[in-house]
Amino acid sequence: MTVQQKTRRPSSRSKFSLLSLFEAMATPHALDRYLELVDPMTTVRDLRGEVTAVHRSTADTVTLTIRPTHQWQGFEAGQFVQVGVVIDGVRHTRCYSPACSQYRDDGRIELTIKAHPEGLVSQYLHGNAYVGLVVSLSQADGTFHLPSPRPDRVLLISGGSGITPVLSMLRTLLDEGYSGALTFLHYAYTENDVSYRAELDAIAAENDNVRIVLAYTDQESGGDLHGFFGTEHLDAVAPWYSDAETYLCGPPGLMRGVKSVYADLGLSENLHLEEFAAPVAVVAEDAAGDVTFSDSDVVASNSGRTLLEQAEDAGLTPAYGCRMGICFTCTSVKTSGCTTNVKTGEKDSEPHKKIQLCVTVPVGDVSIEI
Amino acid sequence: MFGIPLSAVSLPFFGSSAKAEALTPTVLSYEQVQELGRELDELRARTVAKLGDTDREYIYNIVKTQRGFEIAGRAMMYLPFLPPVWLAGVGALGVSKILDNMEIGHNVMHGQYDWMREPGFNSEVFEWDTVCPADQWKHSHNYMHHTFTNIVGKDRDIGYGILRMDEGQKWNPYYLGNPVYAFLLMTFFEWGVMLHDLESENIIQGKRKWHDVKPLLQGMWRKAGRQVLKDYVIFPALSGPFFVTTLVGNVGANLIRNLWTYSIIFCGHFPTGVQTFTEEETADESRGEWYVRQMLGSANIEGSPLFHIMSGNLSHQIEHHLFPDLPAHRYPELAPEVKVLCDKYGLPYNSGGFFKQIGSVWGKIFKLALPNSLTGSEPTVGVIVERKKVAA
Ligand code: FES
Repeated sequence: MTVQQKTRRPSSRSKFSLLSLFEAMATPHALDRYLELVDPMTTVRDLRGEVTAVHRSTADTVTLTIRPTHQWQGFEAGQFVQVGVVIDGVRHTRCYSPACSQYRDDGRIELTIKAHPEGLVSQYLHGNAYVGLVVSLSQADGTFHLPSPRPDRVLLISGGSGITPVLSMLRTLLDEGYSGALTFLHYAYTENDVSYRAELDAIAAENDNVRIVLAYTDQESGGDLHGFFGTEHLDAVAPWYSDAETYLCGPPGLMRGVKSVYADLGLSENLHLEEFAAPVAVVAEDAAGDVTFSDSDVVASNSGRTLLEQAEDAGLTPAYGCRMGICFTCTSVKTSGCTTNVKTGEKDSEPHKKIQLCVTVPVGDVSIEI
Repeated sequence: MFGIPLSAVSLPFFGSSAKAEALTPTVLSYEQVQELGRELDELRARTVAKLGDTDREYIYNIVKTQRGFEIAGRAMMYLPFLPPVWLAGVGALGVSKILDNMEIGHNVMHGQYDWMREPGFNSEVFEWDTVCPADQWKHSHNYMHHTFTNIVGKDRDIGYGILRMDEGQKWNPYYLGNPVYAFLLMTFFEWGVMLHDLESENIIQGKRKWHDVKPLLQGMWRKAGRQVLKDYVIFPALSGPFFVTTLVGNVGANLIRNLWTYSIIFCGHFPTGVQTFTEEETADESRGEWYVRQMLGSANIEGSPLFHIMSGNLSHQIEHHLFPDLPAHRYPELAPEVKVLCDKYGLPYNSGGFFKQIGSVWGKIFKLALPNSLTGSEPTVGVIVERKKVAA
């Protein structure tokens, strides 16, 4: 009888109950808090990734291949993941879009990261990433991806390191045997700034329906196009653009240019884009700009008081305790903008950072999740 | 201008008591207090600037050590037929729980490691190996106790709503049982800590309503249920024939933790020489005045580096109260600088060995069981802080 019961029980359930027994034994700590001390890649719940290859394709970019742990649910071409690395004791997290096809057979993801002059994480990864480095990962997220069924005609536009999500779309479509018209228009300063050039050439050679167009903004010879984006570029590379879906990712200038051209043409509906958060300039310390309380849809002009007081002045009631920076009851996520900690005088312009409302003053435009 | 008495008792003296006049109090001017506040702020900033890899390694090493003791302790309890091994197992599990609660839990939940932005060390999500739910403890401890430190009537850590720990608390015959209550609190300390945020005396007096209390009780039920299940059901059951010895061992480990944490915590605020304050004295405090109150209201315990780790560095209670959100393992390096500041401004720096401090705590517990009229008060040299009302 016992044997019968045993065979009837689905194995996933018994695995689950064994797991919950282990979790009860580890309570109140998560099992991963034990496992990570032995091997950071052996995790029950947390998603992590191990760098399995590091390749520096241009002077300022690095391409990492990452093997995620078993919790990884895959991604759709165009989406991003959050990658976390420890720099001087602090875990910093940034969003990157995989550049590989969503069907990559080994299940690994490929990230190409451009080292920005002020980019703490990108600089770190460019300089220090090594095979075996374990990073923290989030599941893929973001609404920038291809619809299904796939459109008949697709125009992909990218600039600089914005190449990664649209390259992923290109590779994914090719893996699907896509037969519609497909143009990939990429902007770079010069030919030396193009990541994946060899790969792009190979794709163009192998696929009749795919057109790869390289446009250089700082170089007048070579490549296919020169100068900045405009309707003439569109006419030249994808005359069918008004019947196509366009996917765009790149630096703010390119984004603005394409957006205004599409708006003029009345085609904004067909344009899909991934916005890079523009780096925030640290402005002089005075009460300027607006404070956005994003969860409650309230915007107030910055009065120079602490964020806790400003939220209360705006009629909101965030949780607080000591109102002097001790108890962390008021901790909230600053999504964007620059702030000063009045206790330390420290300025902070990192997005998605937890701050204590009661001892933090906004500098310029700031958005807070309250 | 008025006085803050420095004494075992909170006898407000305004220069009127003959006994108090015989002693020369330290007088701090308004400007001195502000200057002291600035110097402490700078000390804090210098330390924050240093935080980095070493602090991260430190806390990870402590966690590794704690996990090691935990696993070894639980494993050794499988050998109850070898009494010394079994006893060592109980001890190791006790050590693991002490580290978990003090150097890890207490400090992480103060936000000391939030800057690492590591989910496992974040004050908002961290839970510790004790029956009190983290969120309730953070309210009663981080907020109530650290904001209103030693203000009689506001800081509920003065006597935990059970004991008479200050002469400012009105005596009644209930307090004849003071030593008994203290002994029970020590033995069942984790449960006392759990019930703390309920403010049971306010429930009895009808000041707290059911809808205030219900969510707290639900949280306790969930948290304590899991703790009890783990220590008193799952692990004993897993040891099969040794169910009873493992159960007893786990009770023992929890008891070791209770006795130790109670003793360390009571040494932080109740030895002779620690001052208490009234609500009037502390109304509209400036940051400098807040710092002074933290220094006068806390006491340190001297000991070896190992002793400091095992007390979660709460042996540096003065430094902890000045900078509750700085990683505690930095307190030993801050202590000499804090002491220099105390000397500079003529402030006492209450520090003594463990036995001296705990002895004076128990002395006070016995003494305050009786009304003040029977025991008499012994005011000592006070600190007088000149206060200017902050202009509105
Ligand atoms: S309210 Fe206590 S830290 Fe902000």
